[in-house]
Amino acid sequence: MSGSELLLDYLARYFPVLLFIGVALAFGVVTLAISYLVQPKYPETEKLSPYECGSEPFSDARMPFPVRYYIFAMLFVIFDIEVIFLYPWAVVFDNIGLIGLVEMLVFIGLFVVAYVYAWRKGALEWD
Amino acid sequence: MAHLFFFYFAGVIVLTSILVVALRNPIYSALSLLIMFFHVAGLYVTLHAEFLAAVQIIVYAGAILVLYLFVVMLLNLKREERYHAQFPIGALLGLTIVTEVLLLAFHGSSPPEPAPSGTSTPATNGVTEVAGVTDAVAGPALSAVEGNTETIGESLYTTYLFPFEVASLILLVAMIGSIVLAKKDIFEQQ
Repeated sequence: MSGSELLLDYLARYFPVLLFIGVALAFGVVTLAISYLVQPKYPETEKLSPYECGSEPFSDARMPFPVRYYIFAMLFVIFDIEVIFLYPWAVVFDNIGLIGLVEMLVFIGLFVVAYVYAWRKGALEWD
Repeated sequence: MAHLFFFYFAGVIVLTSILVVALRNPIYSALSLLIMFFHVAGLYVTLHAEFLAAVQIIVYAGAILVLYLFVVMLLNLKREERYHAQFPIGALLGLTIVTEVLLLAFHGSSPPEPAPSGTSTPATNGVTEVAGVTDAVAGPALSAVEGNTETIGESLYTTYLFPFEVASLILLVAMIGSIVLAKKDIFEQQ
């Protein structure tokens, strides 16, 4: 087999992923397209104005977010990187055995320390 | 056919990268950056670097982009009315990178130095494949049927055990640092 055929054979294993992406895209596009095609169109200024729970819009939607949200984003990034380390660990878990379990427990233990610190410092509070 | 995949991913990457800097609305820029991250992940998959693809999607598309969007929302950036006057620096950097790419394309046709051991580490593997684009399309690493996630896992959790635990410590320090900085900011505001 040539390199090109090997690559195709390899990519064929990604067909389920492709199917997922296709279905997700099609769901969004088809839903919007159908609602666009079948909706009755009687535009009025009042109908086209931004709607939120029936109250009148009183300011621009683009207002600065509180800086508090950024702490959550940063904590999310750090725990996301922890997940990245869990992924190859889970893949090779059968080969590394008990030592692998212990070292991952140490790894997660340090993250628990970080989590407790964040909790005690009130970084997760919303006062 | 294999070239088709490469040119699709590379083309979309180039297009969305241009959109990131050309679009006036920063939210749209961030969203085209998201599309670019996904296509870079696709490029990694064609290069047989599944772990990098997963990192690309989970960390970059998942977390880093959230940070970008939060910065846009925190700073309350409106539509940019004009481009920033950074043309000289941009031209200089662009010229440097174009020269580098051209040098690689015309003088780097011979494959770069192979890794000393038979099983090269995945990181250098990815770099050499990216360096020689023609090699990357042909797929030199396709003989490795086992994914590189297994290889990374085995070496990370046996040989490089200590750096792995140190990474955890570094992340702990990063977390404490971010909390200290952000909390200080909030206390000053109150």
